[in-house]
Amino acid sequence: MSSDMIAPGADDDTTRAGTTTLSHGMTAAGAAAKASVAGVAAVPGVSKPDPILTVDHVIRRFGGMTAVDVGHLEVQRGIITALIGPNGAGKTTFFNLITGFDKPSSAPRLIGGPKAGEAAKSTFNGRDVGNTGATKVAKMGMVRTFQLTKALSKLTVIENMRLGAKDQPGENLFVSVLKPLWVKRELEITAKAEELLARFKLLDKKDDMAGSLSGGQKKLLEMARALMSDPVMIMLDEPMAGVNPALTQSLLGHIQSLRDEGMTVLFVEHDMNMVRHISDWVVVMAEGKVVAEGPASTVMNDPAVIDAYLGAHHNTDLGDDSLLTDEVAEELAAEVQNEALTEGETKA
Amino acid sequence: MDQLLQTLNAILNSAISPQTAALAIAAIGLNIHFGYTGLLNLGQAGFMLIGAYGFAISIIGGLPIILAIIIALVAALIFALILGIPTLKLRGDYLAIVTLSAAEIVRMIGRSSILTDITGGSNGLTGNQYRSPFTSLSFFGDGHITVGPWSYDATGSNGWWFIATAWFVVGVLCLFVWAIMRSPWGRVLRGIREDEDAVRSLGKNVYSYKMQALILGGVIGAVAGIVYILPASLQADSMGRSMTYFIFTALLLGGAATVFGPVLGAIVFFAIRLFVQGIAGQFIPSSIMNGQQTEQFAWIIIGITLMLVVIFRPQGILGNKKELSFDVK
Amino acid sequence: MIMLVMVAIVTMVTLGSSSARADTTPGPVGTAATTCASDATTGCLQGTIKLPNGDPAVGIKLEIKGGDLDTTIATGDDGKWSQAITVAGPYTITVDTSSIPDGAVLDSATKNPATVTGALNKNVGYVFKVVGGTTAADGTTTQTPGTDTGTGITFDRFLQQFASGIRLGLLLALAAVGLSLIFGTTGLSNFAHGEQVTLGGLLAYLFANVLGLNLILAAVISVVICAATGYFQDALIWKPLRRRGLGTTQLMIVTIGLSIALQYSYQYFLGASTVRIDRANPVTVDLGPITLSAQSLISMGIAVIVIALVGWVLVKTRVGRATRAVSDNPALAAASGIDVDRIIRLVWTSATALAGLSGVLLGLVLNGVNWQTGLQLLLLMFAAITLGGLGTAFGALAGAMIIGLVVELTNLVLPGDFKYATALLILILVLLVRPQGIFGRRERIG
Repeated sequence: MSSDMIAPGADDDTTRAGTTTLSHGMTAAGAAAKASVAGVAAVPGVSKPDPILTVDHVIRRFGGMTAVDVGHLEVQRGIITALIGPNGAGKTTFFNLITGFDKPSSAPRLIGGPKAGEAAKSTFNGRDVGNTGATKVAKMGMVRTFQLTKALSKLTVIENMRLGAKDQPGENLFVSVLKPLWVKRELEITAKAEELLARFKLLDKKDDMAGSLSGGQKKLLEMARALMSDPVMIMLDEPMAGVNPALTQSLLGHIQSLRDEGMTVLFVEHDMNMVRHISDWVVVMAEGKVVAEGPASTVMNDPAVIDAYLGAHHNTDLGDDSLLTDEVAEELAAEVQNEALTEGETKA
Repeated sequence: MDQLLQTLNAILNSAISPQTAALAIAAIGLNIHFGYTGLLNLGQAGFMLIGAYGFAISIIGGLPIILAIIIALVAALIFALILGIPTLKLRGDYLAIVTLSAAEIVRMIGRSSILTDITGGSNGLTGNQYRSPFTSLSFFGDGHITVGPWSYDATGSNGWWFIATAWFVVGVLCLFVWAIMRSPWGRVLRGIREDEDAVRSLGKNVYSYKMQALILGGVIGAVAGIVYILPASLQADSMGRSMTYFIFTALLLGGAATVFGPVLGAIVFFAIRLFVQGIAGQFIPSSIMNGQQTEQFAWIIIGITLMLVVIFRPQGILGNKKELSFDVK
Repeated sequence: MIMLVMVAIVTMVTLGSSSARADTTPGPVGTAATTCASDATTGCLQGTIKLPNGDPAVGIKLEIKGGDLDTTIATGDDGKWSQAITVAGPYTITVDTSSIPDGAVLDSATKNPATVTGALNKNVGYVFKVVGGTTAADGTTTQTPGTDTGTGITFDRFLQQFASGIRLGLLLALAAVGLSLIFGTTGLSNFAHGEQVTLGGLLAYLFANVLGLNLILAAVISVVICAATGYFQDALIWKPLRRRGLGTTQLMIVTIGLSIALQYSYQYFLGASTVRIDRANPVTVDLGPITLSAQSLISMGIAVIVIALVGWVLVKTRVGRATRAVSDNPALAAASGIDVDRIIRLVWTSATALAGLSGVLLGLVLNGVNWQTGLQLLLLMFAAITLGGLGTAFGALAGAMIIGLVVELTNLVLPGDFKYATALLILILVLLVRPQGIFGRRERIG
């Protein structure tokens, strides 16, 4: 009932949405999640009651271009936050910066860095992660997936899953030589992996090479693998990109159930329609900056957001779910691929 | 017919020679780098050289053989650290260029005239300067032993003692590689080979794993260096860039990322060479191809074999194409 | 670290012992007839024989045996003799005592025959001392002066080495720019590029020396043939393999295989010895304290012009801009209507032509080519393009100049053995501080 207050008309939309409708009742956890941010004003950079992630002054420049310039952003614990924005808004770059895969240009340096108070700073779960590499960030419980799936295609599905687990003593070279020293933990890990695979409907594929999975199955595998380490917060980079509509629905369902189990979810998406039904909070980026944040319905009516999107999809109607035909989804996926390709090239 | 038999005989002899074992060991080390982890180490010969010098110089300096071996292995470990620290965070090409260069530096320093007193300069060190402590460990006696087509002295250089030890080391290393590569440790390496970022996102310290792999493969390379020089002499130029290329050829022939690939590859490598040389020597008149040229012809075939294997059968003889991840990022 | 320490120790040892060594590097000489210049693949045995009155001993015959050599040479007008060697190891030098002028004999303290250890990449000197009289009565003389300055640093020597460095840098740049362009446009590290350099030199030898063509004509034909090898290589090997979807690592190993096959092919046809393109003794030119052969100066001039031309093409022409676009982002370039395959074909053709030209000029400057001339150079090329920033053509030029200078200036303080080692060491150190190279963009390093 509280959801109606925050997002009036949301249910109507859901009914109309057809293929993307999530035929679930609002769970208690879902309601609680929405409630936790109910009183928060919908302005960029607003403080949240219980932020798990706080980011300050994160700037990333490539050559002369500023890809990301986020002054302040907080992510509320235990809810689904969607990070949206048109292509090239800097979402993925921002993601990379948070998860330690990239370093802000504004990172504090010994010499010649930015002024005190203007240096990049980020805190995750009460700990400073501003200068932490990707490995440590993941160990702290913030696990991510990638826009272009990084399922390890020449490992089997079950090996992929096992690789996601924590505390396997056999990952130490000296222990690895003697199987008895690690085999017990391996069995536990395998049991857990199979359980997760069953939940993501991949169990019958467990001995297949991950490369033989479809695009959507790879996305699922990547998500399941991320869950192997029991993360506190899971970061999904375009989980729906390149996934066929049937699977999209199940993916969205999985994302919600993660939240319902108490995880914080932050996911990147460039199409608002994909996110409106499941996100408790939406952050909109355009040209590297956070231009709006708030509940989905509020954000969608924000002129800044419409502006940002009109720049990219000037001939599309934002609120129309019929946009989500296969054709459009494919087109979007292709765009995403292109974007990733371009980014990949500049990196390579 | 005589020549054919001779060729066959030469192939049989080379198949079990300690030098073949040394190539196999070096390829086992490189397999950990390249096959399992995807590290493009183009300086494996440098690791061999480091091991060989470390061992020989220590023995000549009067140290006991165990200590000499330890020194050789530690030297390789330090060498791997020096190479890995600046490069393992960068793209694969950098490791390739740095390892290639560093191996050349080692060779140039080794053969430099300034260090003649220690390394023997470009003439190197002769085997009998460092061989005796190893020979005296032999419990094979002094006789002459014939096994099947093979007939050698029991203990003398290139004899059974050298052969047995070399292949024993090969066996132990194969077992070791099998054990670590089926383990979760090996799984992390294979993950890194395919996509570092994915493994990093799962909370594994990729840099540390790559360093471990580099050190492990390099230390095994040093073992190969010791095995290589024991029955022969130590000459810097014999472990130059060509050696690294030959190790690569052996590894890819046999099958990267397989346990026995490097061993099979090393044997096949020498067999191909001797076979081509023998056949060319017999069937092509010496007016067209003289003795020296048959040898060069065999090397040309080796080069072309490497090209063809990589193009048409990148998984080698034993590998599984589905599992081979060839591209190093 | 350890390597640094080692180099430091080596430096100290060398400086300390330099006066005791017999190595010589030809100092600045007036109208010298010294024709041997050592490099990675050749070494020099050399010395000066003087008469007791200090005049040069002209026409003294020496027999040199060892390696693949068995030859007799004679001292020149300045009393100097030198012999290029391509195999390291012991050489026996015997002075034909009958060729010593009357009134002088070989000092009894001088061994005859003498055994010296020749090494590649360095000049090994040996002094045969000639004293007056018919007997070797006078045994208390000091060593012939002028041979001990091998590793001392003087300003003149610095200038001489600097000039040699520029020369090496320019010739290296010719080859490295092509390697860098191939890397930039295809992502391929071509390990057979060194063999393309060798090919240029060997072809020039074939045309100029064996077939007796005019040198310039021979050089032009060689370069054209080298260009053709690039064109057909891309058409027959690289393009089909790209189509097949081979990864860059796979392709790189293919080039290693090609490199092995080519090296031994050269040996198969020409043997392991060093061949000279131009048999005539080079004329030297003095520029103040710097002495360079006329061929060196002309080669440097050609290199400068060609490099400038390449730079102009890259910056000013449509084709050049397209090439840089492909280097930057092949997908984008293709999308904007550039025929990527055509550009890559062109890059291969010009890269091998440049390498071939570099080989011809190197063969002239360094007094000969052999099967591994290019092999030795390949590492320096890689060092140059890494130093300059992988895949940037102008970086390759700058990197090559730096490497050239480092290699030659190292000779001032360290013996020739180390000149390549220092260049590679500097490469490693630069990577530590600035992995993207001097001109590379940070994003490129992954």
